[in-house]
Amino acid sequence: MKRALPGFGLSLGFTLVYLSLLVLLPLSGLVFKSSALDLGQFWDIATGERALASYRVSFGASLLAAAINAFFGLIVAWVLVRYPFPGRRFVDSLVDLPFALPTAVAGITLATLYADTGWIGRQLEPLGLKVAFTPLGIVVALTFIGLPFVVRTLQPVIEDIEPEVEEAAATLGATRWQTFRRVLLPGIFPALLTGFTLAFSRAIGEYGSVIFIAGNMPLISEITPLLIISKLEQYDVIGATALACVMLFISFALLLAVNGLQWWAANRHHGKERTSL
Amino acid sequence: MSIEIHGVGKRFGSFVALDDVNLHIPTGELVALLGPSGCGKTTLLRIIAGMETADAGHISLAGEEATQLHARERKVGFVFQHYALFRHMSVFENVAFGLRVKPRRERPSPAEIHRRVMSLLKLVQLDWLAERYPSQLSGGQRQRIALARALAVEPRVLLLDEPFGALDAKVRKELRRWLRRLHDEMHVSSVFVTHDQEEALEVADRVVVMNRGRIEQIGTPDEVYSNPVSPFVYRFLGDVNVFHSRLHGAWADVSREPPEADEATQPPSGDRGRALAFVRPHDIHIESAPIAGGIEATVQDLHTIGPLVRVELAHASELVEVELTRERADALHLQKGQRAWLKPRQVKVFQVAEEALEEGGSGI
Repeated sequence: MKRALPGFGLSLGFTLVYLSLLVLLPLSGLVFKSSALDLGQFWDIATGERALASYRVSFGASLLAAAINAFFGLIVAWVLVRYPFPGRRFVDSLVDLPFALPTAVAGITLATLYADTGWIGRQLEPLGLKVAFTPLGIVVALTFIGLPFVVRTLQPVIEDIEPEVEEAAATLGATRWQTFRRVLLPGIFPALLTGFTLAFSRAIGEYGSVIFIAGNMPLISEITPLLIISKLEQYDVIGATALACVMLFISFALLLAVNGLQWWAANRHHGKERTSL
Repeated sequence: MSIEIHGVGKRFGSFVALDDVNLHIPTGELVALLGPSGCGKTTLLRIIAGMETADAGHISLAGEEATQLHARERKVGFVFQHYALFRHMSVFENVAFGLRVKPRRERPSPAEIHRRVMSLLKLVQLDWLAERYPSQLSGGQRQRIALARALAVEPRVLLLDEPFGALDAKVRKELRRWLRRLHDEMHVSSVFVTHDQEEALEVADRVVVMNRGRIEQIGTPDEVYSNPVSPFVYRFLGDVNVFHSRLHGAWADVSREPPEADEATQPPSGDRGRALAFVRPHDIHIESAPIAGGIEATVQDLHTIGPLVRVELAHASELVEVELTRERADALHLQKGQRAWLKPRQVKVFQVAEEALEEGGSGI
């Protein structure tokens, strides 16, 4: 049977080849390399004390940073879309800065700012808060690099909300909070999840900015990518690939889960079958 | 619930949307705000609803001062042109929304909410769609759901902003009759905004014709149509032939006593003002043989529109449009290029300043 949209075979073939070359091939190479280890060895490396601590730091800090970004990114996106104010375009372009800035530069800048002697660190010190060279510093760096993902994902969706929907809710007696909670948030939620996922994945893979601010103390503020690098520096390539495989697996599982959640959020509002009348 | 609008004004920057508008809408009436786009009708409706604040003046609902009340406290139902349904909620949840967001002590029990929502859905004849989502409905169905949603909170006043504007002609006609019946059953005061004169004349108890932020005329559909107080109203409510003084002079001459003509019958001299004669196309008598007091014209074009025939004739340099029934047109055997004699049955003459001639409105 002929399809209404031509070029399906060709474009699907292209997509598969492209994805294979770019994503699948390097990743399978990684898995292949780690198969030089037998299961017991693999397990020992993957669950070493230092490795386990680094997973906790990596995934914990990433999750926290993504959550912070989801919350504040939503506010930033909302303000940028909804309220015209002088300098809005300028502020809008500021959001992209973490994309463009070399991550090392960001890391060094943040470390300088948040160190005991830095502008911000000096204010926090008397409060007993140490940011630079602690896990908290990692969260700060990951929040910095993740912000644009949330804001840029949300902006078009917020632009799409008709102001009438809010007005309708108001005439029906809903308070601002009820309008947000019941009317606006459900519409934004799938995009918020996407932004969260993007920020989260970016944070897991981040290396450059973190190593400057983290302090990199084993068991406390050492992220998995750094552990991989240090293994490589000791010519322990196999050990590094084993850790990389674990990261790959956890990331993939998490992304799959979030994707499923997203699919559920996007589809629960459209009924089972789509009939047009 | 009556609505009292007193001295309301609103500006958007330098644009005057409303200028000292006064209007009283008695309980139980269905009122149409009619006017061209940009005349301020929607702004007025939004001010009544509390979605926009007036720069000047007062609004009271049921005798209570409401100018400072927030939209959610005014207890008005609002229906939007583009429905503004909540996309992620089922039809049932859309209608139930107003009940679910009530403060706990006023909120009906779940069973009561279910009962009320279903009875509203029955009222709009869509109870079989309760589980669907707005994206699965047609435009007419969406608008009926929007109406049911607005009625769920038992509003004192129902406000509709071009409710049928986005629908096709047939559905629009059906829905407006249905709205009329609904209004009579619900015992609310309703105000709807429209730019469609046919809709306003057919449905409303009273029509408020607006232009440039002001009210031009308030009256029953019959009053505003047969007795327009200004050239604008005349032009806006249906097609009209406008004759400038020269031709009008000829007609004033031949028809001797034009019905409805006022003191301005004589064409004035000088450029300060001019008399304009307004004649509706169906108010012109047409004959294929000379008649006393008729002016001669040549048939330029004939259009048959359903049961009506619209004839365009030229008299000197002026174009005259005449509407007659098909039967009558057949009897006259009108053809292009043929000569015919015209005589107005009803003429209304306005003395107008020159600038006002260029004002909006349809006409020739």
